[in-house]
Amino acid sequence: MNLNELTIKQAQEGLQKGKFSSVEITQACLKKIKERNKVINAFLTVCEESALEEAKIADGLIKEGSASPLTGIPFAVKDAICTAGVRSTGSAKILDNYIPPFDATVISKIRKQGGVLIGKNNCDAFGHGASNENSMYGPVRNPRDTSKVAGGSSGGSAAAVADNMCIYSIAEDTGGSIRQPASFCGVVGLRPSYGRNSRHGIMPMGSSLDTVGPMTKTVEDMAIVMREIAGNDPLDATTVPDAVPDYLDGIEEKIKGMKIGIPKEYYDLEGLDDEVKEITEKQIDKLKKLGCEVEEVSLPHTKYSIAVYYIIVPSEDSSNLGRLDGIRYGARANGKDLYDLYAQSRAQGFPEEVKRRILIGTYALSAGYYDAYYKKAQTVRTLIKNDFDDVFKKVDALITPTSPFPAFGIGEKQNDPLAMYMADVMVSPAAVAGMPAISIPVGNNSKGLPVGAQITGPRLKEKIILKIANNLK
Amino acid sequence: MSISIEDVKKIAQLARIKLTSEEERRHAETISAVLDYMKILNEVDTKGVKQTSQVTGLEDVVREDAPRDCEFKKEIIEQMPAVRENELVVPGVFENAEEEL
Repeated sequence: MNLNELTIKQAQEGLQKGKFSSVEITQACLKKIKERNKVINAFLTVCEESALEEAKIADGLIKEGSASPLTGIPFAVKDAICTAGVRSTGSAKILDNYIPPFDATVISKIRKQGGVLIGKNNCDAFGHGASNENSMYGPVRNPRDTSKVAGGSSGGSAAAVADNMCIYSIAEDTGGSIRQPASFCGVVGLRPSYGRNSRHGIMPMGSSLDTVGPMTKTVEDMAIVMREIAGNDPLDATTVPDAVPDYLDGIEEKIKGMKIGIPKEYYDLEGLDDEVKEITEKQIDKLKKLGCEVEEVSLPHTKYSIAVYYIIVPSEDSSNLGRLDGIRYGARANGKDLYDLYAQSRAQGFPEEVKRRILIGTYALSAGYYDAYYKKAQTVRTLIKNDFDDVFKKVDALITPTSPFPAFGIGEKQNDPLAMYMADVMVSPAAVAGMPAISIPVGNNSKGLPVGAQITGPRLKEKIILKIANNLK
Repeated sequence: MSISIEDVKKIAQLARIKLTSEEERRHAETISAVLDYMKILNEVDTKGVKQTSQVTGLEDVVREDAPRDCEFKKEIIEQMPAVRENELVVPGVFENAEEEL
């Protein structure tokens, strides 16, 4: 087995026993990136020199017995997350040369342990997309079939983990950006509860929905990383004060007697691929065999979540992205006056989809339309959230497909934004409601493309969904 | 179409984005399709339903309003597109206003 193919758990054990060094794992990942990145395009920046230096330091820590759980393990970070001293573009040219002065809180937690930052992952610009085709640095290709998309917006993060270019990655999920690419590439991706992990240092998109989460090769690895990065942060006032549980503790326990809901709206969805449905239903059978009580439930407002999501997010986007104007940092275009400087910098620095989102948001928030769009969406959001709250009075978790279809062809949906938005139909409801949800690989379709199942739990009950996911492995 | 090319021009001006006429045409078309889809929300009776703007229930999270030292002044200045004597250079803000007066 090549060292870049290790899980976190295996890497931890091998490093502790001195079977191999962090430098060796790092070299193996760098070698894989060199071989494959030209095709896959999962990395926009590779930290070859600094990664090897960090690995040497980590090997020192391990030798002297002061290793932490993530010491010496090479990880990658979505480019819309700030990394001190390492270029962070958000996959948009307006930040082409941007080098953040500070680390996002979650990254700082990992780097303080001696984690090895191997590079920055391509994504849809500022997280806007479901296919990674909205990156200004070209799309990411799916490692399983390079004619297909890797999913989005964290397509580079998913592809990097799936193709063993790193051991795990840190990404961001506003309406499905971790879970959907995880399902397309065959890896594990968790959207934590809103407020569980700090977003300080994340390039913001829809602030009332943005979350940061890991992408890993196994559910156990997910629990390891979550335990290290979760928690309250004074720099993100939306983080909750609740103690971080030990996600690993009890993950191997049986789930006999647990109640699992099958939301009929997801399975009755028009456009749900037959094979995806069949593969997910096999997981339901498996849950029954494991002694779970499975029952059909209803989340009646599911079909409105795309409309709600694509009003709220562009609205918040249009405000958040106002900071990118060519004045204090990033690329500044020449303009004949101040207005022109703003308008040209933004014209040149944003891809089409970012412009579209800002325009939709500006429209939805403008006088005369605010009530019809933004206010209406925020009210229907309450009903979607109530659906989840009601259903979690009856069941412990829900199981659904992550995406109605497996990875689609590059270019297939690119000229139809609405069709692209609909790709989020199964991942956006949990986001709108702030619930945690995990996507795990559960099989391949007849063409060899991965299919993911999504397990959604009540707020802050990551432990429950991790345990269920681990039982399905 | 829900929004016209003229509407797109107006929003783009508010959003400080210079668009080409081809972009204006495309955005009018695609945004209209998106806005038409949003009409699905009109089916939902929301009478008496409160808005949800956040899901944590946290209220009034504040920190002490006190000055702090910035750890990375040098790095911040390095990121500025134009600097003179450690200060950010920007185009004159009032030039146009003066002309209008």
